[in-house]
Amino acid sequence: MSIVTVQLGQCGNQVGHELFDIICSDALEGQRKVYSTASCERFFHQTTHGDLVARAVLIDMEPKVINQSISRAAKSGRWRYGESSHFSQKQGSGNNWANGYCVHGPRHSAVVEELVRREVERCDRLAGLMAMMSVAGGTGSGVGTYATQCLRDIYPKSFILNHLTWPYRTGEVIVQNYNSVLTLAHLYQLSDAILVHENDTVHRICSQLLNIKHISFGDVNGVIAHQLGSILQPALTADSHGVYSRNPLGDLVSGLTCHPEYKLLSVCTIPQMPSSSMAYSTFSWPSLLKHLRQMLISNTKMEEGIDWQVCPPAGSERARSFTGPSFNTSLANLLILRGKEVYSAETDGFEDPALHTSWLSSEEAFNLWKSPVPFNKYEKCATLVSNSQALLRPLDNMVGKAWNMFASRAYIHQYVKFGISEEDFLDSFTSLEQVISSYSQLS
Amino acid sequence: MTQSVVVQVGQCGNQVGCRFWDLALREHAHVNKKGLYDEALSSFFRNVDSRESDGGAHVVGGRIQHLKARAVLVDMEEGVVNEILQGPLREMFDSTQLLTDVSGSGNNWAVGHMMYGSAYREQIVDKLRKAAEHCDCLQCFFLIHSMGGGTGSGLGTRVLSLLEEEFPEVCRIVTSIYPSAEDDVITSPYNSVLAMRELTEHADCVLPVENQSLVDIVDKIKHMSHGGKPGSAIKRDSTIISGQGGLSGAEKPFDAMNNIVANLLLNITSSARFEGSLNMDLNEIAMNLVPFPRLHYLVPSLTPLYTLADVSVPTRRLKPLLPFVSWNQEGWKTGLCSVPPVGHSHALLALANNTCVKLTFMELRERFIKLYRKKAHLHHYLHVDGMEQSCFSEAISSLSSLIEEYQHLDATKGTLVPDAPRLRIAR
Repeated sequence: MSIVTVQLGQCGNQVGHELFDIICSDALEGQRKVYSTASCERFFHQTTHGDLVARAVLIDMEPKVINQSISRAAKSGRWRYGESSHFSQKQGSGNNWANGYCVHGPRHSAVVEELVRREVERCDRLAGLMAMMSVAGGTGSGVGTYATQCLRDIYPKSFILNHLTWPYRTGEVIVQNYNSVLTLAHLYQLSDAILVHENDTVHRICSQLLNIKHISFGDVNGVIAHQLGSILQPALTADSHGVYSRNPLGDLVSGLTCHPEYKLLSVCTIPQMPSSSMAYSTFSWPSLLKHLRQMLISNTKMEEGIDWQVCPPAGSERARSFTGPSFNTSLANLLILRGKEVYSAETDGFEDPALHTSWLSSEEAFNLWKSPVPFNKYEKCATLVSNSQALLRPLDNMVGKAWNMFASRAYIHQYVKFGISEEDFLDSFTSLEQVISSYSQLS
Repeated sequence: MTQSVVVQVGQCGNQVGCRFWDLALREHAHVNKKGLYDEALSSFFRNVDSRESDGGAHVVGGRIQHLKARAVLVDMEEGVVNEILQGPLREMFDSTQLLTDVSGSGNNWAVGHMMYGSAYREQIVDKLRKAAEHCDCLQCFFLIHSMGGGTGSGLGTRVLSLLEEEFPEVCRIVTSIYPSAEDDVITSPYNSVLAMRELTEHADCVLPVENQSLVDIVDKIKHMSHGGKPGSAIKRDSTIISGQGGLSGAEKPFDAMNNIVANLLLNITSSARFEGSLNMDLNEIAMNLVPFPRLHYLVPSLTPLYTLADVSVPTRRLKPLLPFVSWNQEGWKTGLCSVPPVGHSHALLALANNTCVKLTFMELRERFIKLYRKKAHLHHYLHVDGMEQSCFSEAISSLSSLIEEYQHLDATKGTLVPDAPRLRIAR
């Protein structure tokens, strides 16, 4: 079954390109026929000449980034984008969510729907749709939200995963918090699962783990693509009976986002290191899993600076909120192991009921996928996709800042100009306060 | 890619505009090695095949035939425009882009705004329309003018309100040159304040540039070039005031100052013209930097002003020392463009919506009141058809309330403003 990806705005198109690049090199690496076939089927359509064409639609309101992504893909020689699988306009959305959602979205919805439909029809069977975008700007966020709405209407039974890149806390777009609040509030009603990467976190991975001196967006996007690829590449699940699961998005959604109030997913991957160091490192599953578990509990997104003091509450304390403020309670977790000796990995640590809220049993709360095939040159790699309180603090910050700005009505005239009212803002704030409250109550 | 049209009004506007076109050509020539009419060029230039009878513009991708600036030149005297038409840039403009008269505005805002504004309304709209029609996707009008005189100030602001009327969806970015205190035009405070009201009402954003600052910068660069510290040779050709490599040869008196303003315009538009990892369109400027519609005065600063022969670049650190309003503590908007200006490896342009502009406005108000109190020279203005005393009182009142809005924001500086109480969700 295949996934159709919709890349929206500058970020969506840049990250999307990196993702397909990593997936393609991983798929074509070495002699791994079954894996390779499954991966290619999932992400690419093969032409009669044997070219791999990404199952993707590229959307932006200005042409520069799309042109760049298309030409870079073609230059790789291994894969490319479809010739007419893209749509752009001349003038962007000006970092204005309202411009994206109220003006560009509706104006171009027919074209976008048509492009997606063509890709969907090229699939034997549709595993689902993945929309990739940032929340800070105008197109990815505004047009992306509108597009998700349209796709939800047209494909009511399909799984829709939204991959969101959250901006650096400072310095990208001044109205980023408004754009983020409006996007998240709307997507919460439309999406099946919202998978989030934060630029600040990924930046730290680049500087502290990958030792990159002058970090560019290319580096950041590479890390995001690696983590996303490690989730979406073929894997064996408990129910897939020894073959690669054919329903990755369905498995992800049913495992992790079973409750409509809890849709936010965070990711962390271990190990992450510069490729120059990989030859000199050895990995053991026990060590990797031990670190990953502590990263989950202490809400650290990378294997440096883990706080080993944080531990789950002991049995008798579980009933009330006796967890320390730094303990991260999970609703559900998905652990994905890829590489050598994967069948010998012991994952009991993650099945500890103390990690999760009490309303799901450990069997329901913990999901495990495995693949014996090493991913993206890592001999062993473990990825944890979490529905937990990990994003609570960043979300709360974002809403808090947006609210402060809203209190003085700064920039509101820019949104009202395009059709969003103060009421709409208030509705979005209310929705997100509800989400924040729900996640706070997990502990 | 979008296009922009530059509207240059009055002597100063046209002189600055002229430097802008010269430097823009230089910049594109530096980057565009193959002589192709690319997207970047099309943002400010049309490509015309003069053999075709209707002078049709060519599509992007072909060879450069004949570049014409996307500009409208307006002046009520002929001198400056004539000079341009006799100079090396004459091929850039055709007669349909020009509007001139002979007698000038006599440093009188009312003459420029009311008299010429009405007389030439049709023609101005017509020329603007033509320029807009040549654009595939017009994003922005750049108006360049001075505040102290009669044409740039009066007719320029009339053009601004026409732009708003006829093209309400297109962004209006105005570069206004403010007179220094020693300006030799006595009535420059009147002209400036009358123009200010128009800017506050009709512009999307204004880049105020003070002549005094330009003078200071030029002096500083000259001082660095001639004296300076031993061992730090300045590359003369790549100072921001240098027009080296452009079409015009010898430099004239205001050229250095005008080059700075021209460079400012080049830098602002660079991210829209060239690629980068974090593109910034022109409509994003207004969106991010204008939180309240009237407070749209953005103070520009540019670095480097000159390239050192052996420069070692310190890593850019954004100072956390600037006091921001409580509701916008991280109010930074960033754009990254991969193409540096000619002669430099990198450049930084900062646009700040900062309450410090109020000082300029307060000084302007002082100078205005000094004259107005005595009713000095008022009759020259009131003689003009359509001009009344209320125009003056409304203009100064608009300026005062603008200053007050800035002061209101300043009042919160340093005080601890508590966060607004959040919505509470019933459990």
